[in-house]
Amino acid sequence: MIRDITIGQYYPADSLLHRLDPRVKISGTLLYIISLFLVKNLWGYLAAALVLAAVIRISKVPFGYIIKGLKAVIILLLFTVCFNLFLTSGTPVFEWKFIRITKEGLYLAFSMAVRLTLLILGSSLMTFTTTPNELTDGMESLLSPLKKIHVPVHEVAMMMSIALRFIPILLEETDKIMKAQQARGADFETGGIIKRAKAMIPILVPLFISAFRRAGDLAMAMEARCYHGGAGRTKMKPLHYHRRDGLAWVAMAAFVALIIASRKF
Amino acid sequence: MSMLNSDNLTFEYIRRDEEGNVESITKALDGVSLEIKKGDFVAILGHNGSGKSTFAKHINAILMPTEGTLYVDGMDTREEEHLWDIRQRAGMVFQNPDNQIIATVVEEDVGFGPENLGVPTEEIWKRVEESLKAVGMYEYRTHSPNKLSGGQKQRVAIAGIMAMKPQCIVLDEPTAMLDPNGRREVIRTVRELNRREKVTVLLITHYMEEVIHADKVIVMDDGKIVMQGTPREIFSQVEKLKSYRMDVPQVTELSYELKRAGMPLPDGILSVEEFVEACGRLRQSGGFGE
Repeated sequence: MIRDITIGQYYPADSLLHRLDPRVKISGTLLYIISLFLVKNLWGYLAAALVLAAVIRISKVPFGYIIKGLKAVIILLLFTVCFNLFLTSGTPVFEWKFIRITKEGLYLAFSMAVRLTLLILGSSLMTFTTTPNELTDGMESLLSPLKKIHVPVHEVAMMMSIALRFIPILLEETDKIMKAQQARGADFETGGIIKRAKAMIPILVPLFISAFRRAGDLAMAMEARCYHGGAGRTKMKPLHYHRRDGLAWVAMAAFVALIIASRKF
Repeated sequence: MSMLNSDNLTFEYIRRDEEGNVESITKALDGVSLEIKKGDFVAILGHNGSGKSTFAKHINAILMPTEGTLYVDGMDTREEEHLWDIRQRAGMVFQNPDNQIIATVVEEDVGFGPENLGVPTEEIWKRVEESLKAVGMYEYRTHSPNKLSGGQKQRVAIAGIMAMKPQCIVLDEPTAMLDPNGRREVIRTVRELNRREKVTVLLITHYMEEVIHADKVIVMDDGKIVMQGTPREIFSQVEKLKSYRMDVPQVTELSYELKRAGMPLPDGILSVEEFVEACGRLRQSGGFGE
């Protein structure tokens, strides 16, 4: 079940988007999300959707693969649509007993659905085209001004990349523990939600113990390899801006201008 | 020149109760004095709890001696200002391959050590390439460590240490979690590094087969050094080894038993080839006494 989540996964391919600097992609995604909230009318959404479709084409990530990422949030999407549809007051267009749909509600539900969909597709496109390491490197570099106010930016980035490395290891371990307990008669498959949740506790305890032991070992191994925080560290793969990154910035500025212009219609 | 020099090294684990009173003191190391020369391949053997891992952690200044001193390449491990120098010069490979690989790509993990040392980017790439080639893992440089076998992971860990250009590698039971193939792979790699790159190797293990090619074998028991010598010298004392709960290689044991039963075989036979040769000589001289 945890393995099914495609958000945050990397899709290896050789495209312009894959080669872009991670900092550009992170800021671009942020800009895209912000501009989605600037949209006022249908033209804006159409522009945003078309631009995203074009970028997906450039990325060479199969369209169906990206859509799969929506599955994980379909419940959230339905919730927002229902809430907006039924709970917005205004001029009614449809009334039956206690159900009342208003014109304003219809519009709001529609725009929220489009907004959320585009937002999720846009941000998952970023993770599909950026390796986890590039992502942490990019974040570290973008957030580095915060170091001045003593935010441990390097440490947080290091924690993120270590977490990414250990996710598959801990998943494997969970599997092993579950099998070991099933072999001794534990039951994880029958019963209601509460019973199943209770059955998970005996898995969590050994999992946590082993995770702590691993953390201790890893800390020792890192110290033995002279790790002493971000100060005085060099990079094996430093980030460099290229011409294509500059062009991407120009394209992004044009997009924001387009969205702002669409508000006038 | 000596790479390591320990003098009366003692380390105590102190256990305290809730009020901070000393409950018990366990001497993990008890007056260990030894010298390891540059370029040597030294193996430390010992049963669980013999203090061999505790000794290894002193070399990397992860633990500090309670008493006595340890010099790594002439530097006292207790002096704070040498800490990073010592860790660069004496690299350490640990038991669990999963718990010492930091990055999600092989080459990035090998680059982690040099990054920490502040080596310039181009030099890092050069070192990563060299050390991955030295351990025979260059073709795997862009793979994820999760997809590698235990022996391969351990070789990546060794490459990560080699990229820091150490003079000495300490391997703390590097093969304990590996299958026989992985074990052979790792030991072969370590021997080659010792021979070709002239790195001092300190191999801590409890597998007898791994130490027969060492220049020197040290046996520890209960925090003390109890035997020291060449593999042949050590393995010719089968009785004594057994008293420290240690096994000897199968072929050594066989020839020892045969000798006890009256066959005039030499002491300390270490490999099957040697055994066959000795038996052949015996046959020619009519030693089987038909």
